[in-house]
Amino acid sequence: MINKESKVLLEVSNLKAEVAGVEILKGVDLTVRAGEVHAIMGINGSGKSTFSKVLAGHPDYAVTGGTAMFEGKDLFSLDPEARARAGLFLAFQYPVEIPGVSNSALLRLAYNTLQTERGLDELDPIEFEDLILEKIKVVEMDSSFLGRSVNEGFSGGEKKRNEILQMAVLEPKLAILDETDSGLDIDALRIVANGVNSLLSSDNAVVMVTHYQRLLNYIVPDYVHVMDGGRIVRTGGKELALELEARGYDWLRAAA
Amino acid sequence: MTPISMTQASVTMSKEQCFEQLLLGKAVKSAEHSGGWLELMRADALEHAQAMNFPSSAHDDWRFTDLSPLYLHGFHPISTFARLTLPDIEKFLIPGAIRLVFVDGCYAAELSDLKQSGNGVTVASLAERIGDNQVAAHFGRYAPYKQDSFVALNTNFFEDGAWIHVAGEATAPIHLLQVATKRESASAIYQRCMVVMESSSRASLVEDYVGLDSGGQNDGIYFSNAVTEVVLKDQAQLQHVRVQREEKNSFHIGYCSVEAGRNSVYTSTSVALGARVSRHTLHVTQQGEGAEMHLDGLALIAGRQIADTHTVINHGAPRGKSVQLHKCIADGSAHGVFSGKIVVHVGASGTDSMQSSRNLLLSGKARIDTQPQLEIFNDDVSCKHGATVGQIDSDALFFLRSRGFSEDRARNLLTHAFAAEVIAKIPLPSLAGKLDSAILERMGGVS
Repeated sequence: MINKESKVLLEVSNLKAEVAGVEILKGVDLTVRAGEVHAIMGINGSGKSTFSKVLAGHPDYAVTGGTAMFEGKDLFSLDPEARARAGLFLAFQYPVEIPGVSNSALLRLAYNTLQTERGLDELDPIEFEDLILEKIKVVEMDSSFLGRSVNEGFSGGEKKRNEILQMAVLEPKLAILDETDSGLDIDALRIVANGVNSLLSSDNAVVMVTHYQRLLNYIVPDYVHVMDGGRIVRTGGKELALELEARGYDWLRAAA
Repeated sequence: MTPISMTQASVTMSKEQCFEQLLLGKAVKSAEHSGGWLELMRADALEHAQAMNFPSSAHDDWRFTDLSPLYLHGFHPISTFARLTLPDIEKFLIPGAIRLVFVDGCYAAELSDLKQSGNGVTVASLAERIGDNQVAAHFGRYAPYKQDSFVALNTNFFEDGAWIHVAGEATAPIHLLQVATKRESASAIYQRCMVVMESSSRASLVEDYVGLDSGGQNDGIYFSNAVTEVVLKDQAQLQHVRVQREEKNSFHIGYCSVEAGRNSVYTSTSVALGARVSRHTLHVTQQGEGAEMHLDGLALIAGRQIADTHTVINHGAPRGKSVQLHKCIADGSAHGVFSGKIVVHVGASGTDSMQSSRNLLLSGKARIDTQPQLEIFNDDVSCKHGATVGQIDSDALFFLRSRGFSEDRARNLLTHAFAAEVIAKIPLPSLAGKLDSAILERMGGVS
């Protein structure tokens, strides 16, 4: 929901970044206010996944220019963990498996880290169980997944749902969903989208990075941005996504 | 406890001098009524020990493992044994277990608790049972004192050990607690264990080597030399846990020999956390058809620790199965060694064997050598093995940091998770929990 009065969560200006010495982002500008849903679309290699990783602080990517302010704080002066504690969340395109760490332990430890950050009491495993049994309803997940190692042996859809479960537990101010729709069948897509929608409020925001328009039928964006060659080349409303679906990306590339 | 005063201080010496010093030891042998066989075996072992000396670093079984820190010390035999009280060892106790406690290799009846031993289960001091025909029939027949100088030293010098004979089912786990105390000067400690599992018997055994931090003056320098022999008759099942958590400046050389009969099941979980230099050799032989083995190991080391695990699995009969997972985690400038040999002998058709060696380096100065070896003299077998040496997965590390974990905490969580897979195989929850906590504590904690 667009409300020009609501506060700016993220302000990215002329962001440039490289990986292994190759410049990928060539001057990205983006402003995200509380309550907004953004979609960043683009072809493979356009820089959209790089953009999400740079914001989250992936160590393989080097920022070479520009700024990103998160609630007035310089994002690039913060470690990835400090960004997370400040309320930034990245749902991974390829969620990692962590054998030997149970899903519930991961969620509890992560949750308690944020509780400490917010000056609140940590929850013990029993108290946390009450919380998590509520949260798993958001992604229609069976409680048996909590005792299993993080993502180990999960299907693609289960992994993506698990990312959204983490989002539900951590309650970030800004969630970046990096190709969360890739590899999902229609049922899983619906569950993931319902989960994200249920977490949206006027105080938080979502940036979806996606290749396809399909996800946007379920999570309706306020803004659609098209990224190409490391820049945002066009911004529009949700109808821009439909136009891309109908016409492809070439016409924009030619125009840019 | 009462520390024993020794007049001699340890001095820096050569490898040869160190060995000579060990040979100066004298076993008390006061309680021996073997009718002569043990005296003969001891004399034979001593002769072999003298002929062999310490293993050469050129020897294939020892080429990765630097024993030179051991040779710097003159280890004295223990002539008077320390007395401990139950509170001294309380933190090591396993609730509900049959407990056999040895202090520096000497049986401590007052610390032991044998009342859980049921019908058909004998858990006792070896010295007390040395006249038993069963002991004479098995003792020293499996551990190769003629080929291994450490086994030879042990066979000559051991004072006492555990005698575990199971016919039927041991309803409580057997906890063999080998406590080393700190002494005024470096001492040599010989630990011994003989296990005979009769046909269709079942038991779980925890061999637990612990150092007692009693604030002595020699920084806990001692040399533990442990030998265990296990015989499983047909259909017998043994869950065997071995924990080495010796003092950080000590030396631990262990040898375990296992003979497995038809359709027997041997499950071994070995955890090495302590000692400056440690070596554990596990030598198992499937004598009978259809024997099954699960061998899991974990070495977690840091600083200047060296931990060496050598295993040999002999498939000597048809349709045997072995599944092995060994993990090593090395931090600081620690050095981990794993050598796992699997031999499928002629006639052992239908053997199914799987071995995995997975290793984690936590620092740029740490080192891990892993050497899987397969020797197959049969066509009709399935043998798989694999080895990996890696660092903390950078994707997993970034993922955890993106969820708010500090980098150190994320590393610790991932390291702990790597170790947890082996710890989880320990069938005693209280022991597994304690080891898990010890590992977490070593890493500075994650929860």
